[in-house]
Formats: sequence, structure tokens, C-alpha cells
Amino acid sequence: MAAGGTSIPATPGALPGGKSARPRTADFSASATLTEFDRRLLDDFQRDFPVCARPYEAIAERLGCDEATVIERLQQLDAEGYVSRVGPVFRPKRLGASTLAAMAVPAERLQEVADLVSNYSEVNHNYEREHAFNLWFVVTASDERAVSEVLTDVQRRTGLAVMDLPLAEEFHIDLGFRLWPT
Amino acid sequence: MADLTQAVIHAIQDGIPLTPRPFALVADDVGSDEQTVLTIVRDLQTRGVIKRFGVVVRHRELGFRANAMVVWDVPDESVCMTAKRLTEDPAVTLCYRRPRRLPNWPYNLFCMVHGQDRGSVQEKIAALRHAAGIHELPFSILFSRRRFKQRGARYTPSAAVTKACTDG
Repeated sequence: MAAGGTSIPATPGALPGGKSARPRTADFSASATLTEFDRRLLDDFQRDFPVCARPYEAIAERLGCDEATVIERLQQLDAEGYVSRVGPVFRPKRLGASTLAAMAVPAERLQEVADLVSNYSEVNHNYEREHAFNLWFVVTASDERAVSEVLTDVQRRTGLAVMDLPLAEEFHIDLGFRLWPT
Repeated sequence: MADLTQAVIHAIQDGIPLTPRPFALVADDVGSDEQTVLTIVRDLQTRGVIKRFGVVVRHRELGFRANAMVVWDVPDESVCMTAKRLTEDPAVTLCYRRPRRLPNWPYNLFCMVHGQDRGSVQEKIAALRHAAGIHELPFSILFSRRRFKQRGARYTPSAAVTKACTDG
């Protein structure tokens, strides 16, 4: 939790590949510090990532540089908080169960309730939004019972109602997030 | 096979290592070999369990500081058509139907719109309502304020996961 609001410098990973070090939020605009190389790295491989033995070498070939450059730059972008991870985005409902939940939390309790919610390992997204329902979070677990147990538990611990809005139908395939329209 | 698929999902859900042969490390993790892991990951992609594999960016840090969840109250019989129109606009990154929760929550169609600032998101939504021909529908815009948590979903291996993997 970044509850204290202090930015903790990202430490390069203790494990090979830096997987263990999840960066804290870097709260500044990126546009000035990213190069054209970064933009291609971030835009072109959200979807067309080569799933092969040496993916970073394949990316390097497409970008006209060497593998080490790709790896080092991705590590930096990860440490700086621009990249969340290199990996899969799973399709909802194909694997386990998930739901979107919303709560109307009194303003003076929002931080406390948000912290409580974020502490569940089943919660992967948790946002404050401008609405009477001001706390929105996604719960993902192995099955529907585990999801509903989290909602019930949040309700019990906070004394506040949790609105359960499970996915009924998905209309858009996530093609990634295009940063710089081409 | 199902057990191994579960183990691979577990090993990659927080991301693969940034090392020359990331899938070989994943293979070490799960007690398999690189080629088998690659086959499993590609198979999960083909079957749509993985809808996208690649660089997952943090849009806020990259300057896209405004994001809005836009929700609409669409007559049930026209949800599909409305969703189709909405998703034709590149500004819409996700579009889902979810249940209404009356009387507190009358909205059944959800989409996400991102932009560099609040004004540009509002403009995109205005254009969207016009272009999608749904300007008469009740809607609400929920801008995000604080982000308390954002990471990939974690699926703890269990019988349910095994089922999803073997069902194909």
C-alpha cells in the first residue's frame, strides 16, 4: 500500500529479470522523458509480442537494436512505473471468476475502506470515482464462491453495502492501449 | 497437462522475467521445458483464455491522466447494437454489459474512455454520444480520482481453473 503517499524508489529486481520489484506510482508526466524508441517499444508490443524462446531478441530485430538494449530499457520503464508487466491479459470468465464491485463510502472513511479493500489479494483494481458510488474495485478469484466471499467479507468488515456488478457480456476485445496514434 | 497449464498460468500472471530466455525461467519454475511452456502459452492465446500477451502499460504514468467509466441505461433489446456502435470508436477501450441494480443503479452498459486530460475525455464522450446516435439515452460519467491499486488479476490454481483449462 502506498497509503503514506511517499514515493519509494523502485529497486531493481532481486530476482533475475526484476519480477519481484513492483514499482510505486511515478507521479509525473512521461511525454518529455520518453524517446521515439520507447514509444515503439510501448506501443508496438502490447499485442504483437513475439511468444518465442527469445522474445526480446525478436523485438530488437524489429526495432533495429540489440537484445540487451530492449531488456535494459524495459527494465528501466518497469522500474519507473511506465510498464506494469510483460505478460498475459486473461479474458474474463475463461479462467476463474471475477466481478466489478462498487460502494458508496462516506468521504471521511474513503481512505480507510479503500485500504481495507486493496489488502485483499483477490482485488486487482481499486479506484475512487466521481459518483455517489465512489469506490470501484475488481475482484478476481478461482471461482464465484471465492469472489462472493470477498464481497461478503468487505461488507461485514466495513458495515457498508457492496454492489455486485458481474460481467454479463463483453463487447470489445482489448487490443491494448494505443499511446501514440499512428 | 491441466496441472502444468495451471502452473504456467500461475507463473506468468504477474509477468514474465525481463531476461533473454524468459520462458526457460518459467519452465524451471514449473518443472518443465521451454518448448512445452511456449506451446502452452500459445495454446492459451489460441483458445482465447489469454486475450492479449505483451507489454502492459500504466496509462496514468504515461500522461493519460484522465479516465472515465461511462455508463448507459440501454433498453435490453438494443444493447448489442449500441455496444457495437460504441466499440467502433477507438476512444472506447472496453465495453461490457452488466446487470442493473435498481433503484440505485439503472445502468447496464459500461465502457472506458481514456485521455490526456479531463477536457479531452469529455470531448471524446460528446463525440461518442453523437456518433453512436445514442444521445437520448440516460448516462453517467464517472471520472477516476485516486487509484488505490492496479495490477494483473491473480488466479489461484484450483479445481475451477483446471476445469476452465480442460474444457477448452
